[in-house]
Amino acid sequence: MLSRTADHLYWMSRYTERAENTARMLDVNYQTSMLPQSAEVAQLGWQGVLSISELRPAYFAKHDAITPEGVMEFMVRDESNPSSIISCLKAARENARAVRGALTTESWETQNTTWLEVNRMLRPGQFERDPGAFFEWVKHRSHLSRGVTLGTMLQDEAFHFSRLGTFLERADNTARLVDVKFHAMGSEFFGATTEEHQEYDFYHWSAILRSVSGFEVYRKVYRDVIKPERVAELLILRVDMPRSLHHSLNEVVNNLGKVANDQSAETLRRAGKLLAELQYGRVDEILATGLHAYLTQFLDRVNELGGRISQDFLVPAH
Amino acid sequence: MHKFDEMYDRLPYEGAGIRQHYQRYDQWLAKQPTEVMRSRREEAEMIFRRVGITFAVYGAKDEDGAGTERLIPFDLLPRIIPADEWAAMEKGLVQRVTALNRFIHDIYHDQEIVKAGIVPAEQIQGNAQFRPEMIGVQVPNDIYSNISGIDIVRAPDSSGKGEYYVLEDNLRVPSGVSYMLENRKMMMRLFPELFAQNRVAPVAHYPDLLLETLRASAWPTAAEPTVVVLTPGMYNSAYFEHAFLAQQMGVELVEGQDLFVKDDFVYMRTTRGPRRVDVIYRRVDDDFLDPEVFRPHSTLGCTGLMRAYKAGNVVICNAVGTGVADDKSIYPYVPKMVEFYLGEQPILKNVPTWMCRQKDDLDYVLANMKDLVVKEVHGAGGYGMLIGPAATQAEIDEFREVVRAKPDGYIAQPTLSLSTSPTFVESGIAPRHIDLRPFVLSAKEVQMVPGGLTRVALKEGSLVVNSSQGGGTKDTWILEPEGRFGSQSQSQSQSQRQGGGQSQTQSQSA
Repeated sequence: MLSRTADHLYWMSRYTERAENTARMLDVNYQTSMLPQSAEVAQLGWQGVLSISELRPAYFAKHDAITPEGVMEFMVRDESNPSSIISCLKAARENARAVRGALTTESWETQNTTWLEVNRMLRPGQFERDPGAFFEWVKHRSHLSRGVTLGTMLQDEAFHFSRLGTFLERADNTARLVDVKFHAMGSEFFGATTEEHQEYDFYHWSAILRSVSGFEVYRKVYRDVIKPERVAELLILRVDMPRSLHHSLNEVVNNLGKVANDQSAETLRRAGKLLAELQYGRVDEILATGLHAYLTQFLDRVNELGGRISQDFLVPAH
Repeated sequence: MHKFDEMYDRLPYEGAGIRQHYQRYDQWLAKQPTEVMRSRREEAEMIFRRVGITFAVYGAKDEDGAGTERLIPFDLLPRIIPADEWAAMEKGLVQRVTALNRFIHDIYHDQEIVKAGIVPAEQIQGNAQFRPEMIGVQVPNDIYSNISGIDIVRAPDSSGKGEYYVLEDNLRVPSGVSYMLENRKMMMRLFPELFAQNRVAPVAHYPDLLLETLRASAWPTAAEPTVVVLTPGMYNSAYFEHAFLAQQMGVELVEGQDLFVKDDFVYMRTTRGPRRVDVIYRRVDDDFLDPEVFRPHSTLGCTGLMRAYKAGNVVICNAVGTGVADDKSIYPYVPKMVEFYLGEQPILKNVPTWMCRQKDDLDYVLANMKDLVVKEVHGAGGYGMLIGPAATQAEIDEFREVVRAKPDGYIAQPTLSLSTSPTFVESGIAPRHIDLRPFVLSAKEVQMVPGGLTRVALKEGSLVVNSSQGGGTKDTWILEPEGRFGSQSQSQSQSQRQGGGQSQTQSQSA
């Protein structure tokens, strides 16, 4: 297929996935902000949203202080912020429109309808009335987008590049989420001493789990109270957890293998190596070497994979 | 002035009779409450938006600030043409397009028609659309215009009877066929019962015919030719159509940046390396095709494309330089081309045309401007023209000076009273002017799907059907007579009334 077509499909999926993850994060923050908690803790949550996307400087260029309204405005409908939900949905739709002929009718109409509806959903006043409903809607549109791809598209290159985009983006987003949320807790994230702390911890960790639809999964897998190291294990190492790093990399390697060309062997090798480390990794090892360091280098390597995929397939030099 | 309506036998509609081929439709229409029609229209609009059948308008924003995409208004009432009228028109179209292709071949080779004194040499040499680069270049099947859009109008003759005229030939990159296909799809979705009651000739196989035409246009050396559609990109007003046709044919939709030329062969950049391209259905104008030969700063085309083309390593459809035959200054000569190349009498009529380059014609035009339509020879899209009866004295005076300054650049035609068709507008059902663009495909043979795109001028009294100026579209039905192919479910009611005799005799004689 055309390199340009592959490029658009890949980015269409990446932006859709990014919009979903942003909505998930904002939703969890919004929900937890309704719990009785100290202003400081709530503040920490909104700050985290900006840190995850590395957007603090851009935010402060427009806002004086971190407020829930400010962060939501900035992350939802500020078109000057390329990571806002509206910007991501717009980019996804523009990419889809550029290759609408390579999509199935259902797939294109799903993207287009999302775009037509988001403009209505974000009319002044509408979003503010029920942010939760909006976040729910973004998630559903993303589910629909993936589902319609799986349910209607021929499993040819177009399909694989689209899936590559989804899972590379998800690997990146989940890694950022885990990094920031664990980082926020500083060195104290193992073992709370007081009862008050324990209660706070519960909400902190369950919020992270909920943001990746992992709360019920956690209970099912561990049948235990929520412990940080298990949250880390679930989100990093469990291959059967659909939003974990391991699962995402598994899909990346699978799809990369299906589209392999003459020059992509090295990219596939590196992706495979990263996957193998997740396959054979253990959470106590990761924590011993330092979670932040581990995730930082993971993000670098995912980023590098993205660059190599571009080089090998999407914008090849001749 | 006489008026001709496609459905009613006179205007205004109150108390008028219904033409034979509209009767069954009229019976149905009479039963439809206005609210139902209104809600169907809203439904159609919603679906068109979702499907993204839009065209780009530069610098415009809609109420949500969502940008620059507009719908072309779709009218719910079909335009119906009886099959026998279409059969005659189809013959005329084959004849006309064949002659036009012969003409273009002649112009880029021996110019027999100029030598014979039929078309003046300066009409060719002085024509901005004449491409000297094409002289002596061979194209497959000697066909230049593979996809032709011929604009046809109907106007009343002196007795008030409707008569078809060719208004314009479009031989460069005619567009609109996707609307023909989507309009039909929409009608079948909104009013399925109509298609059970009426024998409407199908059009959905157009992409098949197009692909067949493009494949048959490859050089014989390409056994399994790779066909692509070349688009200027997603911001082009016809982008939807480009993407739609590529998808329907199952071929790649490429932009200039996806192509490159190496050793006079054209390749596209794919995820598995370069791949040869044999046939390019281009939706990019000549001027932008190859910066090496035409506009040097164009990024819409591909450097070296003309070299590959001339070397016979790629086919461009339509060929480069077809514009020499569809320009308004050449139009008056088309009937003569038919006689000259085919030795036949033209089946389709031209609109009588005064050529301002000729002294007598110019004098007549300058003196009678208020009754004429004056058109710029190279104009398109309804711009650069004066509609005399609709213009103010000041506008006429101004245009007279423009024509006087550059008579070569203008032609004039009588103001035809274009036929009207009942159209669903805010106030209800009212007559609006229409035209018809059939799409004629030529390679080894000339073929087309029945009908074409009917455009309608939605503004009351307006004669301009272009979408850029408030035009809309209608579904076009070529209506087969009842029982021609034996009985179907809907002919039951008829056989009860007529005893079934009609269909039986016909099937015996067939």
